[in-house]
Amino acid sequence: MSRIELKHIDKYYGDNHVLRDINLVIEDGDFMTLLGPSGCGKTTTLRVVSGLEKPQNGVMTIDGEEMINADLAYYAEPSKRGLNLVFQSYALWPHMTVRENISFGLKIQKLPKEEIEKRLKDSLRMMRIEEYIDRYPNELSGGQQQRVAIARAVASNPKLLLLDEPLSNLDARLRIDMRSELQRIHRELGTTIIYVTHDQVEALTMSTKIALFKAGELSQVDAPMDLYMNPIDLEAADFIGNPRINFLEGAARYENGKLMVKCELSDYAFDKADMTDEPIPNGEFPVVVAIRPEQVQITETQEPGSLPVKVYANQPAGSETLVSLQAGKSDFLSKQIGLAQYDIDQTVYVHIDPSKINIYDAKSTRLIKRAH
Amino acid sequence: MKRKRERRPFNKTRLKNQILNVVKNPFNMIVAISLVILFCLIVIPLLQMIASTFTLARAEAKRYGGEVGDFTLYYWRYILVSKLSGATLWGPLKNSLVVGFFTVIVSVPLGSVLGWLMVRSDIPGKKLLGMLVVIPYMIPSWCKALAWLAVFRNKTSGSLGFLAGLGIPIPDWLAYGPVAIVLCMSLHYYAFSYIHVSSALRSINSELEEMGEICGANKVQILKSITLPLVLPSILSAVVMTLSKAIGTYGVAANLGSRIGYFTLATKMKTFINGSPQAVGYAMSLVLISLAALIIFSNQRIIGVRKSYATIGGKGGRSNEMHLGKAKIPLMVFLVFFLFFAMVAPMFVLVMETFQVTTGNGYGLSNLTLYNWIGTLDEAQTYTSMEGIFRNKEFGKAVWNTIRLTFIGSIITAFCGQFLGYISTRGRGKWYGSATEQLVFVPYLMSGVAFSSMYVAMFSQPRLGGLIPSLYGTFTLIVLTSVVKHFPFASRSGTANMMQIAVELEEAADINGANFWQRMGKIVLPLAKNGFISGFMLTFISIAKELDLIIIMMDKHTQTMSYLAFTYSQEGYNQMADAISVCVLLFILVCYIIANRFGADIGKAW
Repeated sequence: MSRIELKHIDKYYGDNHVLRDINLVIEDGDFMTLLGPSGCGKTTTLRVVSGLEKPQNGVMTIDGEEMINADLAYYAEPSKRGLNLVFQSYALWPHMTVRENISFGLKIQKLPKEEIEKRLKDSLRMMRIEEYIDRYPNELSGGQQQRVAIARAVASNPKLLLLDEPLSNLDARLRIDMRSELQRIHRELGTTIIYVTHDQVEALTMSTKIALFKAGELSQVDAPMDLYMNPIDLEAADFIGNPRINFLEGAARYENGKLMVKCELSDYAFDKADMTDEPIPNGEFPVVVAIRPEQVQITETQEPGSLPVKVYANQPAGSETLVSLQAGKSDFLSKQIGLAQYDIDQTVYVHIDPSKINIYDAKSTRLIKRAH
Repeated sequence: MKRKRERRPFNKTRLKNQILNVVKNPFNMIVAISLVILFCLIVIPLLQMIASTFTLARAEAKRYGGEVGDFTLYYWRYILVSKLSGATLWGPLKNSLVVGFFTVIVSVPLGSVLGWLMVRSDIPGKKLLGMLVVIPYMIPSWCKALAWLAVFRNKTSGSLGFLAGLGIPIPDWLAYGPVAIVLCMSLHYYAFSYIHVSSALRSINSELEEMGEICGANKVQILKSITLPLVLPSILSAVVMTLSKAIGTYGVAANLGSRIGYFTLATKMKTFINGSPQAVGYAMSLVLISLAALIIFSNQRIIGVRKSYATIGGKGGRSNEMHLGKAKIPLMVFLVFFLFFAMVAPMFVLVMETFQVTTGNGYGLSNLTLYNWIGTLDEAQTYTSMEGIFRNKEFGKAVWNTIRLTFIGSIITAFCGQFLGYISTRGRGKWYGSATEQLVFVPYLMSGVAFSSMYVAMFSQPRLGGLIPSLYGTFTLIVLTSVVKHFPFASRSGTANMMQIAVELEEAADINGANFWQRMGKIVLPLAKNGFISGFMLTFISIAKELDLIIIMMDKHTQTMSYLAFTYSQEGYNQMADAISVCVLLFILVCYIIANRFGADIGKAW
């Protein structure tokens, strides 16, 4: 249980500036996910927190205690930070059995024998792998190895648990199982967790907060659903959500306290109350209208407020159907729950709730109108 | 948003912490100590040798005036522009280059074709053949020279060889000199090309060739325009390695060349270092080193960029074999002939000679004896004036020296190799990692004789004000030389071994509170064990068959089996020399079999 604060962290590899002025607060008990494409600095951030990397600038505190102070060249040793780490590759020691792997750190801490035995049994029970206690790692499947790695990490009773893409080596089914397992561990232990992933589904389903990385910088820190509803810029919007969000080109003008937006789908007017604090250019300016595919409702008959569009393609997949639509020159996608059948080139009518639409300034790429 | 890395004002706590960060980490200390030791063992001796070629020694000071220790260009003038320079440098240099060139011409095509046959063709009995083909490489090259002499010796060296004994007149140009040297070395160094090309061929995805077939190319076209270009970089590096090795080889050239006055750079150099003026020998050794360095670096420049595709991974090693069709039988015949003439026949003659009373006198019962092995002095009148080798005290001492040297040398080398490998893998991309790698690479540039001449120059007198005593003629110097010369190979095997131990395994221990020594003892060492043993065995074999490297330093007290065989052969005790080399061969064979048990790959034993 701990509160971690990162202030102005900079990390260079030679001339390569991999972390740029990272400022992040992780509250006690948070399940904080560091999310972003590969090479964006999320794993480096995790390694800085763990103490395996030393940043050139910045300060980090855990529960108010200074762990990193780059100005004083002070870096607490990893083992003095009260944390543990689950590696992407699991990093199980191949020459030790499950028992030895888990009790290794406890023995080094010189804990009494009974305590080691108790923690060993507890963590194995928690991960439901008691029967594998005397096996060697290479006698276990990937999923079992994963559980051992987590058991090893939690056995040391860390105040902070770090997980580096722990599910990326598992197949799709195991991944879903492990997601619920991790959520349960978080609940049971109450430990603060920092979790690194490039998989947005993992991030959205498990975390209490997501920190979105972009090229070594933090672009947005928000609760999962806030991040999904209102990505802060076009890149974030494009990254979050599957199928991808629809972007339509448009033009906007700010008049009389209202944002007037035109695009090939329709014209909209938004209240000042829905707008962000981003500066608004004078006169007419290009914008991007962003609509989640599930917000595009299709009807076969015209209703008030619905717009005629053409069906370009139809992809039924059982539980959902993706429909590609065309309005003028703009393509966009609709996601319908359940099976739906449309003919190619058929004219249908779409209904979009304007309050669910995001508007981005095309030039600065920043969000100017929020959805709610 | 881009923040520049600013210089911070001076701060005492910061400085204290920075120093503590460095000093408290044992890894840093180890790196520092290793770098200092490498510097002392590699860079300083090299500088020392260079310096001694510019410093007047006592003999020349007396003869030509001047103070001992004065700066002089005498030695370089001696080899470069004096009346003697033709005989000292240019002649032997030309001979070295000629021998090297023709060795490449013979051995590279031979090795490449063998490699291709073993990997890509459907030649029958591949498993057995593949094993037999590398056996000649396990035989030390100087043993091959002895075997050559056993077959081709003629009246010039007193006793007859096998063929001369059958009444076939053997001219000197065949028995000794460049032809003999080239053929002997080719039968040794073809293994470079074989190992290089076969591993390159194995790494090429056969889909590339299959695509050629789909495009309608025939077998010859595929071979010529797809396979060959892909393995070309490996062939080129085999050329370079063969060339640089052949130029520096001593044992073969001395056994087959010296007795008719045919000198290469390596053999001529030794006469100077063992005689006088020594500095001339050192200067020649520098020429040899620069030559090898030039060859190797130009190779890296030329194929450095293209090398990358020599190891295309591809989708797994399932490669289809090319059907030889009608060519199968002639190729099989060629292979059998090759193996017979390169291995079976000379070894047979060599072994048989150890049982002969008079060499070249046939295998009649009257000419067969066990004297060379177990004879006593009172039987000696009809034979040589020595006891059989198993009764010979000199031989006993040589066996003991060989075992002592190989054991001590290879244990130290293997340990250092793992250590250096650890430093260069964990320091990958950092300055100390590349510094280690480059320092360790330097001995690789030097042929055995050149390298040991450098050590003789360094340690023939006390250094550092007596802190390092004169090691000349001591067993310690021989061990030290063997250890450092094998650094490049040992640290490569150490690096390969350490690469397999993921950094995460150590980091995980770090996070669990294990300090550096605990990580070493509980994680790295247990995991490095197997690689350590195979690295140890390969170094062991390599030191056991070594002659060139230590020949300059040997005397009656420190001599090994290799050296004893060499001296006996020079002195005309041919059967004794043969008997000793048979012992060496058996020793190596046993070691290899043991090494193989531990999964060592002879292909890695450069």
